[in-house]
Amino acid sequence: MSSRRSRSRQSDVSRITDHQITDLISKLQQLIPELRGRRSDEVSASKVLQETCNYIRSLHREVDDLSDRLSQLLASTDTDSAQAAIIRSLLM
Amino acid sequence: MNPQHLNASSLKSRFTRRFLRALTKINAQKPISSSSPREIFQRYGRIKAAADKSMANSVRSRRTWSRAMLWKLRSRSYRQASSGRRSAVKTSTTTSHQAIRKKTNHEKENKPTKTGEDQVGFVVQADELRELVPGGEAMDLCNLLDETAHYIKCLTTQVQVMKKIVDFYSL
Repeated sequence: MSSRRSRSRQSDVSRITDHQITDLISKLQQLIPELRGRRSDEVSASKVLQETCNYIRSLHREVDDLSDRLSQLLASTDTDSAQAAIIRSLLM
Repeated sequence: MNPQHLNASSLKSRFTRRFLRALTKINAQKPISSSSPREIFQRYGRIKAAADKSMANSVRSRRTWSRAMLWKLRSRSYRQASSGRRSAVKTSTTTSHQAIRKKTNHEKENKPTKTGEDQVGFVVQADELRELVPGGEAMDLCNLLDETAHYIKCLTTQVQVMKKIVDFYSL
């Protein structure tokens, strides 16, 4: 019963063209700093997905950490809209 | 055909404007005793939600992940405003859904195929990715990979801008 289910799942994957999938996976590979330099035939698809998951998790952690630091910084400084305008001009 | 290129500079400026506005608003809500750990923790939660919300709003409904994130943020704030009973119901449905998914993964891992061992690992990783990308549970594989690429680009922009802001305030 479960073999039928897993086999149909796999045939679902192959119904979308392999070419499309490999294209998307190599595109993802270019975004991940760890795998960026390597050739796409060196890295397996599941490795790309694994590194993608790790990368997303580390980005989430960074956002958490930066939000934490910001919340502490806002406690100590007196911000006003003038400072916001300065930042805006800095970043544009 | 959707343009694959993300216009990074305009996304950055849209996010920056929204996020700074949100920060100013959060800061304006500061009470007199603004340095207690509890206050700081609450502000941390608000800032994080504001960052996610600003990013999702800068992308709007053009992407499945941003739609899913906006929906999640809105329903969370609605839940916080109303009673806690509704959130209890929501969590029980989510955990049963996760339990079903875990069970499927476990069954798959019990049956490694001859040629398809890498394929099995691939499908398991794709499910893990689904949990990380907002709205991923409902996407097919192609869309999932596409949305993931866009989501990563936006996340890196978000981190970049937040780093600059932190640096500015730490001067």
